[in-house]
Amino acid sequence: MADMKPWGERYLTGTDVQRLDGEDKVTGRAKYTYDLNFPGMLYGKILRSQHPHAKVIKVDLTRAAAHPGVKAVFDFEKQTVRYAGEEVAAIAAVSPEVADEALKLIDVTYEKLPFSVREETSMAEGAAQIHPNGNVAMDERRQSEKGDTVAGFAEADAVIEKTYRVPVQTHTSLETHGAVAQWDGDKLTVWSSTQGVVGVRDDLAKYFDLPPENVRVLCEHMGGGFGSKFGPGAEGVAASVLARSAGVPVKLMLNRKEEHLAVGNRPSAIMTIKMGAKKDGKITAFESQTYGTGGVGGIGNIPLPYVFDIANYKSELKDVHINAGGSRAMRAPGHPQAEIGMDCAMDALADAVGMDPLAFRKANGSRANEIRLKQYDIGAKEIGWERRNKVAGSAKGPVKRGIGMGCGMWGGGGNKRSYVEVQIHSDGTVDAKCAIQDIGTGSRTILAMTVAEELGLTLDQVTPHVGDTNFPPGTGSGGSSTTPSMVPAAKTAARKAKGELLALVAPLLGVDAAMLETRQGQIQVKGNGKSMSWTNATAQLASDIVVTANRDDGYHSSGAAGVHFAEVEVDIETGRIQPIKIVAVNDCGLVVNKLLAESQVNGGVIGGLSYALLENRLLDRQTGVMVNPNMEAYKVAGAMEMPEIVPILMDMPERGVIGLGEPATIPTAGALANAVYNAIGVWVTDFPMTPDKVLNALAQG
Amino acid sequence: MNAFEYVNPSNLQDVPKLLSQKRDRKSVVMAGGIDLLGEMKDNLVSPTRLVNIKALDLRYIRHSKEGVHIGATTTLTEVASDGEIGKTYTALAEAAESVASLQIRNVGTIGGNLCQRPRCWYYRGEEFHCLKKGGHLCFAVEGENKYHAIMGGGPCHIVHPSDTAPALIALQATLKIQGPNGERTVPAADFFVLPEENIYQETVLMPNEVVSELFVPKPKAGTKSTYLKFKEKGSMDFALAAAAVVLRVEDGICRAAQVVLGGVAPKPWQADASALVGQSVTEDRAVAFANAVLKDASPLRDNAFKVTLVKTMIKRGVMALV
Repeated sequence: MADMKPWGERYLTGTDVQRLDGEDKVTGRAKYTYDLNFPGMLYGKILRSQHPHAKVIKVDLTRAAAHPGVKAVFDFEKQTVRYAGEEVAAIAAVSPEVADEALKLIDVTYEKLPFSVREETSMAEGAAQIHPNGNVAMDERRQSEKGDTVAGFAEADAVIEKTYRVPVQTHTSLETHGAVAQWDGDKLTVWSSTQGVVGVRDDLAKYFDLPPENVRVLCEHMGGGFGSKFGPGAEGVAASVLARSAGVPVKLMLNRKEEHLAVGNRPSAIMTIKMGAKKDGKITAFESQTYGTGGVGGIGNIPLPYVFDIANYKSELKDVHINAGGSRAMRAPGHPQAEIGMDCAMDALADAVGMDPLAFRKANGSRANEIRLKQYDIGAKEIGWERRNKVAGSAKGPVKRGIGMGCGMWGGGGNKRSYVEVQIHSDGTVDAKCAIQDIGTGSRTILAMTVAEELGLTLDQVTPHVGDTNFPPGTGSGGSSTTPSMVPAAKTAARKAKGELLALVAPLLGVDAAMLETRQGQIQVKGNGKSMSWTNATAQLASDIVVTANRDDGYHSSGAAGVHFAEVEVDIETGRIQPIKIVAVNDCGLVVNKLLAESQVNGGVIGGLSYALLENRLLDRQTGVMVNPNMEAYKVAGAMEMPEIVPILMDMPERGVIGLGEPATIPTAGALANAVYNAIGVWVTDFPMTPDKVLNALAQG
Repeated sequence: MNAFEYVNPSNLQDVPKLLSQKRDRKSVVMAGGIDLLGEMKDNLVSPTRLVNIKALDLRYIRHSKEGVHIGATTTLTEVASDGEIGKTYTALAEAAESVASLQIRNVGTIGGNLCQRPRCWYYRGEEFHCLKKGGHLCFAVEGENKYHAIMGGGPCHIVHPSDTAPALIALQATLKIQGPNGERTVPAADFFVLPEENIYQETVLMPNEVVSELFVPKPKAGTKSTYLKFKEKGSMDFALAAAAVVLRVEDGICRAAQVVLGGVAPKPWQADASALVGQSVTEDRAVAFANAVLKDASPLRDNAFKVTLVKTMIKRGVMALV
């Protein structure tokens, strides 16, 4: 890391700093998009297709528009609907109840078309075409091959082949998607629950053919996005169109059912993996055939082989369309699926060559291997790896414990699209602004921390401002890029602003500015003890110092490892898996805020656990309609499923800032599956690992 | 949800007159509202009148030497936390405690818990015009049937969702029902019906009737009971399988036994527990009994695992009491 810049003294970064808006959030003072109400505001609602595939012959809004209290109507002008839940029309009315009544008065004529809601029926020979581009796509870019697998398998002492099925997961953000839109002439203001205020602004400006400066998007607080909240979405567009048409603000927030149907999901993956190794644990060959569905959207990439260096491999990926809501990016797109397949196959192969799974992994190189080797040992010690069953399933009694592990990897380098404005006022206070949003990582808090630390101030001397496109642009919160984009930009802007202040006061202290440093609210001459207080210095300012910058290189890097260890208890008479403890060892370069970083890891583990054990979007094979579009039957892990979670962060300031949000969720599911195998001696290869799957696997032996 | 009238009768006798006289669910009882409001928001029912019974004097727990009288609008939290119920009618307290979440138990009533409608996702989804809603198809037969009935199903395959019902039946409770012509008393065991008897409702309640009180007779000395519930999601879920077990064991010999299952059939499923009576209860006998109870189970494509699960609940419930 020769090109890294020195970070300087770290008295805030790397420590536990509570979320500045935490108290507002837990007391209800924080206003989310859902909470906003304006005088005369209308409530928007969307009519959705109940058919999984149909031609839209006619949408008649006459009766709905004439309903008392309805102020605006909007036709999405769909020719064809391709999933049950697709938007057809929208209305705005004086209350949510009137809006509901009016939805029932919209007359739509459909011509039903053949549909498919299973990957296998879409792939079947002679299947009706349900997608304009064909039911199955094999993107060349996603097929990969290296070396000679035939020779590799011939070399192997043991070969395993298994098929893993991983279902579709929905994002299930606590705050649903939606927006409040308000027009003033040709200027549009939108409060949006979004993970990209700038993206929403640009998309809406384009939609309405306005210059971007005519559109302002705000998001003070938001209740989760996980990749599903980029762009205004159909709901943001509809709110804006209805507001313009009605001449008053319109709020359009989706309900839980709409969340499950129409605003994204993590694609399924059915992975058949064949892998061979020599007795010493060296993997000699890998082959995988994978298919999966992102509904009417694509599946992106499912990177197999995953994490481990394999000389000979061949990996094939088919993208299958079904009549279901389109996928969207979801926390580490493609990786959790790949991790489940890879890590389960790793343990199966370790078993086949008679090796301990940890030793087996160590015998093979991996992405970020140098760091990973340390993570193996840290995690193994914390979980008590030596306690695991030497023979899987050998523990006595109906309730059996097991321990397993899984590995992930991520980039997390961020980008140069975040600009931070640092403004030093003559009274010594400082504002830091960025049109970035807080998707949950604590952007507001770490922006203030970074600027305060660079200026040698306390946290309360810096006021952070985020979530408003009137500020300098910030990046969308995707790819774990928020922190590695914004923090280095804040560091850069603060350093430059500080430079201007030091240049101003240097003559007063009789030294060159290069001789000055800021520490503990003082501007000091290095070495000789002469100093001037920060406020005395800023009092010299004729006007505020305002510096806007994106990041200089040297404060970030990319490439994270990540190893999780899990201990579970499995009741073989009920099939219930109870996670006992999960140790999550992650690296993210320089830890910006230890408390919030650990919170990211906790959240990642919880998400991964829920994915492994419970979540499953289920579509009725007869009608194509989702049967569990709620939080009763679409089960998300709750307090009783929670194990002791031990997040362990490697603070490596020499690597600069690296994103953490996504890598923290990747290895949990595979670690749990391997722990289940270690407990019961039988593989559960069908996810989520609900009691039926466990009991069925046990029954089949 | 549509607009509706909200009425507050001042005495129980007025309630039947205010309710629908036929099965159109246009005027219905509302107590805690937990289930009813969900049904209304999901467009399953559109009543024009809700008859609020919370203002009536139906919220009480009265112990006597004969047993316990529980008013229908007593909350589940109150039932679960009553010390005497916990001690003498343990299965009922455990069942009430196992329902949903604390927030729901604080509002949901014992009467409502008995009268709630099924959770079958085809019933709950407004897109599905199923048998129970006047359609011609039980979607569960060919559809997604992991959570459906393994016993007593057909032509509809719901499972009864109540936790307190199996416990009350096992404890031989009776229900007091107010109708237009006065009161009637129905054993809890006779309160519920199978789809083959009545596809459109799960109880014998007439549209203009309301459950006003439960009576649970005091069990004979030496009786112990428990309610064992298996939830797929531990924090808050309906029963995937449950067993209410009441046993009286004297000198190591079982003298009386009641076993009622939840989550497995369209009504709380009473097992014939006579095989347990007259002998000492061992794990082997409990297993044999569980196997016998489930021998006629007829699972659908995706729910055969429930047979194993129910057997485990029976075995563990019985063994917990000996």
